[in-house]
Amino acid sequence: MLRLVLIGLLAGFFSALFGVGGGIVIVPLLVLVAGFDIRTATGTSLAAIGITATAGTITYAVHGDVEPVYAALVGVPAAVGAVGGASLQQRLPRRTLSYLFAALLVAIAIRMLV
Amino acid sequence: MTYAAAALLGAVAGVLAGLFGVGGGILFVPALTGLGLTQVHAEATSLLAIIPTVLVGVWRQSRYGNVRRRPALVIGVASVAATVGGAAVAVSLHETTLRRLFAALLLVVAAQIAWRARRGSA
Repeated sequence: MLRLVLIGLLAGFFSALFGVGGGIVIVPLLVLVAGFDIRTATGTSLAAIGITATAGTITYAVHGDVEPVYAALVGVPAAVGAVGGASLQQRLPRRTLSYLFAALLVAIAIRMLV
Repeated sequence: MTYAAAALLGAVAGVLAGLFGVGGGILFVPALTGLGLTQVHAEATSLLAIIPTVLVGVWRQSRYGNVRRRPALVIGVASVAATVGGAAVAVSLHETTLRRLFAALLLVVAAQIAWRARRGSA
C-alpha cells in the first residue's frame, strides 16, 4: 500500500514537472518496486492514468484551455488504436514487451536530452 | 499538419497506450501543436484525449485480466495530489538540470527492465 502511494506521488510529481505522462513512471515502478508482471503493470497504469487525466482535464477546462473537437480528432482514433495495442500486447512474449518498453524509455530520455 | 495526419498520429498513440500502458500524450501534444494549438492548449486538450484512450484500453486490458483496480485507484489519487507539488517545484527550480537528471534516471530504469527481462523475471 505504501509503495503504491509512493508510486502515485512520484508519477504525479514528475508529470507535473516535465509534462511527461504518468505511464512512463508508473509502469517501471510497478515492475521494479511493486513486483508486478509487465502486462498487469501496463493495464493497471492505464486505469491510474484515467484518474489523473480526468482531474487534469477538469483543472484546465476551468481556465478554458481544453479544445473538445481537437481532443476528439486525436482521441477517437487513439481509442481504436488502443484496442489494437492491447491485443498486440497479448501476443507478444513478456520478455519482448519488456525490451520494447525499455526502448521506449530510452527514446523518451533522448528526446528530453536534445 | 493536416487533420488526417493528426488523426493518424492519434491512432499510433492509441496503439502505444494499449501496448505500453502510457496515455499517449507524447504523440497527442505534438499532433495538436502541429494543428496550431498553443503549448498550453495542446497539453490541456491532450489530457481530454487521453480519457477515451485509456477507457478503451482499460476495458480491453480488464478482459485480458491485466487490471488491478485497487492499486490503480491508490496510484491515481496519490498522483493527482502530487501534481500540485510538482507544479510548485517546476516554477522554483532550474529546469534544464532537472530534465537531464530525469532523462538519466529513465536510462537507468530502462537498463534495469532490460536486465530483468534477460534474466527472465519480468
